Amino acid sequence: MVTERKEIYIVAQKVIMLGNEAFARGAYEAGCKVSAAYPGTPSTEISEYIEKYNEIYAEWSPNEKVAMEVAIGASISGVRALASMKHVGLNVAADPLFTVAYIGVTGGLVAIVADDPGLYSSQNEQDTRAVARAAKVPVIEPSDSQEAKEFVKFAFELSEKYDTPVIVRSTTRLSHSQGMVVLNDRVEKEDKPYVRNFAKNVMMPGNAKGRHLLVESREAALAIDGCDFPINKVEYNDNKIGFITSGIPYQYVKEAFPNASILKLGLINPLPRKLIEEFAAKVETLYIIEELDPIIEEQVKSWGISAIGKELLTVQGEYSANLLKRAIGGEVIYTCAAAQVPNRPPILCPGCPHRSVFAVLNKLMIHAAGDIGCYTLGAVAPLSVVDTTVCMGASISSLHGMEKAKGKDYIKNWVAVIGDSTFMHTGINSLINMVYNKGTGTVMILDNSTTGMTGHQDHAATGKTLKGEATYAVDIAALCKAVGVNHVYEINAFDTVKLEQLVKETTALDEVAVIITKSPCVLLDKSAKTKIYKIEVEACKKCSMCMKPGCPAITKKENGTIAINDTMCNGCGLCETSCKFGAIKPVQLG
Amino acid sequence: METKNIMIVGVGGQGTLLTSRILGALTIQAGYDVKLSEVHGMAQRGGSVVTYVRYGDIVNEPIIEEGQADVLIAFERLEALRYAHFLKKDGVIIVNDQRIDPMPVVIGAAKYPLNIIEELEKEHRIYTVDAMEESKKIGNSKVFNVIVLGVAAQHMNFTKEEWISVIENTVPGKTVEINKKAFEVGYSLK
Repeated sequence: MVTERKEIYIVAQKVIMLGNEAFARGAYEAGCKVSAAYPGTPSTEISEYIEKYNEIYAEWSPNEKVAMEVAIGASISGVRALASMKHVGLNVAADPLFTVAYIGVTGGLVAIVADDPGLYSSQNEQDTRAVARAAKVPVIEPSDSQEAKEFVKFAFELSEKYDTPVIVRSTTRLSHSQGMVVLNDRVEKEDKPYVRNFAKNVMMPGNAKGRHLLVESREAALAIDGCDFPINKVEYNDNKIGFITSGIPYQYVKEAFPNASILKLGLINPLPRKLIEEFAAKVETLYIIEELDPIIEEQVKSWGISAIGKELLTVQGEYSANLLKRAIGGEVIYTCAAAQVPNRPPILCPGCPHRSVFAVLNKLMIHAAGDIGCYTLGAVAPLSVVDTTVCMGASISSLHGMEKAKGKDYIKNWVAVIGDSTFMHTGINSLINMVYNKGTGTVMILDNSTTGMTGHQDHAATGKTLKGEATYAVDIAALCKAVGVNHVYEINAFDTVKLEQLVKETTALDEVAVIITKSPCVLLDKSAKTKIYKIEVEACKKCSMCMKPGCPAITKKENGTIAINDTMCNGCGLCETSCKFGAIKPVQLG
Repeated sequence: METKNIMIVGVGGQGTLLTSRILGALTIQAGYDVKLSEVHGMAQRGGSVVTYVRYGDIVNEPIIEEGQADVLIAFERLEALRYAHFLKKDGVIIVNDQRIDPMPVVIGAAKYPLNIIEELEKEHRIYTVDAMEESKKIGNSKVFNVIVLGVAAQHMNFTKEEWISVIENTVPGKTVEINKKAFEVGYSLK
């Protein structure tokens, strides 16, 4: 087992790094050669930083399952490989994960999975550690940027030594915090030769039975060996209270109770039982501090150790030092009351093509089965078009389910709304199903030429790879035709007159139709801004029709005057088309 | 040294990340341990954004909690009010005197609070700057955030030379001069 923690401080080249950048650096230093991922907050930047290392082949895969399988193939071939994703992405990648847990690895195989306690940018608050336990995959958890880097290197060592994939668990707070990191050089790993191994790599029932035995003994061995892993840390101080914790919550414990004894676990699955039992025996009152589910706590209590955890603390949201001081120390911490102010929820940007589409759907009083992306914001006022959001790709299949349940007339005032990247992720399967099972209904693919919400990543239909190289761009219209959709239309999202006509026509059909609104994300190329719009005060009747689509650049003053903010306006012209009095006019720039 | 806590708040797209990057680099240059915590993703879409910068001998917790901030740098008035209770009793607010209506105000479901600055003045030390106006004077409205930072710098324990050198090392090459100029504007405003 390699532990470089002592040496690294000698070669000190200290830099500040985002947690996600440190993960990428760890993969680089570990000699990783292949990385695959699908973007997802808060994990996206891992790939964006890995892409900068020429020594690592890095790609955006269409979804997390594909990414995981790419990494598995690379591992079987004998090199170190990484897949990274957000927590819900692991659900998509669960199928290969659960079986590669049996196969094990040739070159080290590591998955970095980022949870989102507090739901900053996710549809649920699930706990990756629970999934990993079910998959019988080891999990390690760092607590700052320095550890993020070191733990990834340790994960590769662990993976190869114990012949197992390893999950490095992150959370939003770790992935998106910056801290000091000491850099090391990359250590190249010699490719292992490929050797055909039928019993290990072909998971048919007879072979899997044998491998399952190995998985169980591996877990047992790790629970024992793990007690000596350097990624666990025991800090004995005051023995009145002791904390078992890991990851970011460790920082909160240190801040709140600097004099307490702490067992900081690096290995979360399987738990290093003896180490925990020894620590528990030395402290009078034992607390277990973990965000989200009581994964550590339930196991520890099942061993007959008395401890306090979720009796006092929540399974929801992020923790903090003050939260711990209040719940455990019973401290009364005086703070000023927060001012009562209007919320500022995220919104579609000025000039966003989605707004134009939703304005049309809103006018036609159409319901949308929604999906995951910026266009989920079509659910909120004033657009209020999107009625459902479940997971990646669910818009198309759930619309199909409604139609099968209640008949084709029931969905005449419904459409499915999905983005281009999400369509490539898992939407295409749902469309195939819709045609195959003789469904009807209108699918709108809001093609803004990028993965927007995660910050502009390329995908299979943009014509560019993660490395920025030109590549074949999937023709989404041709793809839809190829799976059997007879009515496929491409239209500019801002052509509201034609779009309205088209939606009326296709929703009346008793067949599947696809409308692809093709207009790039307004933030993709800011230099493309050639004009802005102005309201001519004399011509304006103050009817507020231009404000209906909810563009944040248009505001009404106390005296009723409506104005367009010239720095915010991106010149889409949606307001011009909504003005019946010709009061909104373009102004050419520069 | 006791850990210092700086909060930067604003509206998604206002450039809070660049400001925190400059601050982070400054504290490292001065030899401190530092942690920055930022918000990415969904919140960038015009939502309320907050960045925490903590520096000192050893920094554990990456976030700043209510009643702990030494300096609150707000790029927008309403956001200053939203986070004012994060300040210590003797903390200071630097506020960019700009109003950006949030969606509930745009659609008439809520009112934008009036007299924010006057209200905040009752409880806190507050310094106001119309950085958008000042930035237009030097011909580049994009650097308004560095002007705000210049004002904040008057209330922090780093020398002007330290600030200038960190700006030179942090911002993209061709924007160094305009950003230095913007900082000077903010630093010399009374």
